[in-house]
Amino acid sequence: MNHASARSTASGQAAVRAVKLDKRVSLPSGELTILEGIDFTIRAGERVAIVGASGSGKSTLLSLLAGLDVPSGGEVELAGERLSALDEDGRAKLRGERVGFVFQAFQLLPSLNALENVMLPLELRGERDARGPAKAVLEAVGLGERLNHYPRQLSGGEQQRVALARAFVARPQVLFADEPTGNLDTHTGEAVIKLLFRMNAESGTTLVLVTHDPALAARCDRTLHIDAGRLVAA
Amino acid sequence: MTGLRLAWRFLRRDLRAGEVRVLLAALALAVTAVTAVSFLTERAERALVLEANRLLGGDAVLRADEPIGEAPRALARAAGLAQAETWQFRSMLRAGNDLKLAEVRGLGEGFPLRGRYRIDEGTGERDAAGIPAAGTLWLTRAGAERLGAQLGQTLRLGRSEFRLAALVAEEPDAAMDYFNLAPRVFVRLDDLPATGLVQEGSRMAYRLVVAGEGGQAQRFVDAMQGRLERGQRLETMADARPEVRSALDRADRFLGLAALVAVILAAVAVAMAARRHGARHLDGCAVLRCLGASQRLISTIHVGEVVLLGALGSALGVAGGFLAQAMVVGWLGEVMGIAVPPAGWQPVAQGFAVGFAVLLAFAVPPVLALRRVPALRVLRRDAGAAEPGAFTVLAAGFLGIAALMLWRAGSPTLALTLLAGLAATFLALALLALALVALLARLRSRLRGPWRYGLANVSRRRAAAVAQVASLGLGLMAILLLTLVRTDLIERWQASLPADAPNRFLINVQPDQLEGVRGLLRRHGETAPELFPMVRARLARVNGAAVTGETYAARGERARHLAEREFNLSAVDALRESDNAVVAGAFWARGDASPQLSVEQGMAETFGWKLGDVVGFDIAGSHFEAPITSLRRVNWESFRPNFFVLTPVGPLQAHSASYLSSARVAAGDASLTRDLVGTYPNVSVIDVDAVVAQVRRTADQVSVAVEYVFHFTLLAGVLVLLASVSASQDERLLEGAVMRVLGARTAQLRLAHASEFLAIGAIAGLVAAIAASVISGVIAVQVFEQAWLPDWRMAALGSGLGVGIVVLAGLVATRRIARMPPAQTLRALAG
Repeated sequence: MNHASARSTASGQAAVRAVKLDKRVSLPSGELTILEGIDFTIRAGERVAIVGASGSGKSTLLSLLAGLDVPSGGEVELAGERLSALDEDGRAKLRGERVGFVFQAFQLLPSLNALENVMLPLELRGERDARGPAKAVLEAVGLGERLNHYPRQLSGGEQQRVALARAFVARPQVLFADEPTGNLDTHTGEAVIKLLFRMNAESGTTLVLVTHDPALAARCDRTLHIDAGRLVAA
Repeated sequence: MTGLRLAWRFLRRDLRAGEVRVLLAALALAVTAVTAVSFLTERAERALVLEANRLLGGDAVLRADEPIGEAPRALARAAGLAQAETWQFRSMLRAGNDLKLAEVRGLGEGFPLRGRYRIDEGTGERDAAGIPAAGTLWLTRAGAERLGAQLGQTLRLGRSEFRLAALVAEEPDAAMDYFNLAPRVFVRLDDLPATGLVQEGSRMAYRLVVAGEGGQAQRFVDAMQGRLERGQRLETMADARPEVRSALDRADRFLGLAALVAVILAAVAVAMAARRHGARHLDGCAVLRCLGASQRLISTIHVGEVVLLGALGSALGVAGGFLAQAMVVGWLGEVMGIAVPPAGWQPVAQGFAVGFAVLLAFAVPPVLALRRVPALRVLRRDAGAAEPGAFTVLAAGFLGIAALMLWRAGSPTLALTLLAGLAATFLALALLALALVALLARLRSRLRGPWRYGLANVSRRRAAAVAQVASLGLGLMAILLLTLVRTDLIERWQASLPADAPNRFLINVQPDQLEGVRGLLRRHGETAPELFPMVRARLARVNGAAVTGETYAARGERARHLAEREFNLSAVDALRESDNAVVAGAFWARGDASPQLSVEQGMAETFGWKLGDVVGFDIAGSHFEAPITSLRRVNWESFRPNFFVLTPVGPLQAHSASYLSSARVAAGDASLTRDLVGTYPNVSVIDVDAVVAQVRRTADQVSVAVEYVFHFTLLAGVLVLLASVSASQDERLLEGAVMRVLGARTAQLRLAHASEFLAIGAIAGLVAAIAASVISGVIAVQVFEQAWLPDWRMAALGSGLGVGIVVLAGLVATRRIARMPPAQTLRALAG
């Protein structure tokens, strides 16, 4: 897909923009509305928390913003691109170039060791030297000694640190984090969050973070409250 | 009880949630393939036997030299068999002033029960609708020529006169005795009494011919076996001409092999799906353990679920198999040009047995391993992968397959060869897969991105990769094996029935006529005419002990029959290698004149003779004895003169012999016969065109059946392999979705999958091809009794097929990832 044709001129400094975003799914019992009429803009470099109760639709919203899922109505602009103008491959390319992710379940590839997992995003976008930057960022997250370990040989906290390294290695414009501490104990979770905010500050990345932890949300510049699929406070 | 109730409940839920669909689909498809192939092979076998039984005029014949009493008829009626009777004797037949000794056959209503007479009533050949009308007779075409009789002429037989209504071109049972030279006359059985020829003391041969569905005729033969009266004998296809029998035997073994291949493929499919099934249930079991379920309860639930699944999958598969063969069998009949009889219920039983056996052998070990899942897995997903011991799965699976194959093969040699081949192939595949894994581990640092990801998968999932290479390799091996054996078989048939097969046999050539006959044959286009001495002999002693038919009764009807009848010994200086091959011992050197015997392999097996046994014959009152020094495999389909027992030239010279030769003449060319009989009136020329045609027809039908079953099995095999490769896709889908999140484009996803599959497919295909070549060689020599020529093009084909199947399955999977937003894939797989 041609990126130039999808580039928006109206977004300005906006890193992420949701315009009248809807998400509905068909169930045997009828249509279920998960998100309805979501409108907001996140500026470049801003740190935003999306909070809400379980099932409020916050993870779905994150999926839509990151182009992991397609909305039923409305539009998302990500890093200056209208996602609806891109196909799956186009969205994948955009993510590869400008977006980073951290998941609750880490989602490291079990067949690759820590170093290879971190190299992967660089390799996917065709960079010749992936090893150097990957090694550097793993050292930065304190895993310089565990480069050749496989995910199953790492603790939960270590796996999430590899995931952080993988997210930051490609120098993304926007980082999406979905409950990044959800699978970790308090102590480890705290360490991972500190690391996340430090790296974010160093790289100036826009951060969109889904959480149900008010303390974590409070560390962000702004909080978007989702309740039953609607944005109640921005 | 709680366990079983829970098992049922779990199965229902799993079915609804789609959890067991892959295993169920693999099982149903496997059973469909096995059942359809069983149905088809059984029906093809029945059609071929039915067709071959034309040579007897029925499925079995009771021969007697006294009128046949009521008991056998009642037995046949009780078995639900159709029956018809013929009487046969010799008498003089008068046509005008010409009088010839003829063989008279009185045909009862309904004869023949199998096959048809082909007759010419002056308007061209056609199949006769029944037997001659009252007051008329039919005469063999050759007989009419000898008598100089014309259609419509009145012929006298005993006290009656008959009108010659038709000339017989083909008889349903002529192939049994084509050395019979007398003109053959056919009349209605109820016209015979009026001739006054049937009297007390007449030398008569009575035949009761029976035919029926399925195994009815065999049951009749079994029941009659103990009740045979003096002078009575049973004939079945075992007594048929060796040319036809060997074609049928090979077809039968091939069809058996096709069925075995279907069983192997079924096992492969279920084994692959069962691995995935076990892995998908790990979390559920951890939760059950957490909620207080005992290991025993977990075992009961899951084994119970597998058993219920087995019943459901097998039932679906059997129904599918029945439908599949019903759809294609009409076409088979059309191509073979014969009616295909329905199959019995054995394929259904086989379908269920195979379904349960493969499921129990392959799915139970991983499922039993589930009970060892620690409850901790609820919190840490990487805890306790609960892999069953590789040895347990292998042993259970191998025993399962072995039992099924021994049951289904029919030939223990075939089953054992295949089993040994399977075990060796599996070992080779596993070792090579391990080597591949090690090699890839070294290579990975040099590869980038998608390539590295794909190949890393092979080396990380070491156990899975070995299992996958081995299963896929075994499946491919089975398919390639069938391809190789079928190519050999068809080529062999085509080669063995050349268009220039001799169609005239010359018998009764006297020693002083040899040179003259040889010259005459040369003038008629035979470049190197061969004349073989024939000495009539009867088996008398083996290793010094007198033998009769009774001595061999325990070895079967065929052995007894062979021991009782006269057969021809012949003498040769050197072996004709185009249709003879020494399989044991050594053939004598040219010029060696010491008394010794070379015996046809089948005959030696029938009698249980070995090299070194001393066999004695009665030749017109004198005794001839010699040791067996070689066993020969004879290609009877060559249609050239061949003999069960050969001696060197020399030892038999003291005994009077007549000579036999063969020649090829163009259809309708009577000049050879005319010249020969004109110069040497004692020489008889036998026209075997009809027999050659019959054998060629049988071989053609057999080829069609073999081709048909082959293609069907091939298609089923490729489908089963595709399904089983797809069954192991879950993990790849998940990883593919993660790569998608990280920015991988479709082409990169494809490359990642393709590199993994390329490695697996190529290595599985290559090993499969090598194994198939070697096993098919052993089978060709041991089971099909033919020479083996390795065909290494198969190695390329095997690798190609392996890569093709896995890459196709992989592309189907990546299509799903490429089309779906990654969030949906992640959600679908997490659920």
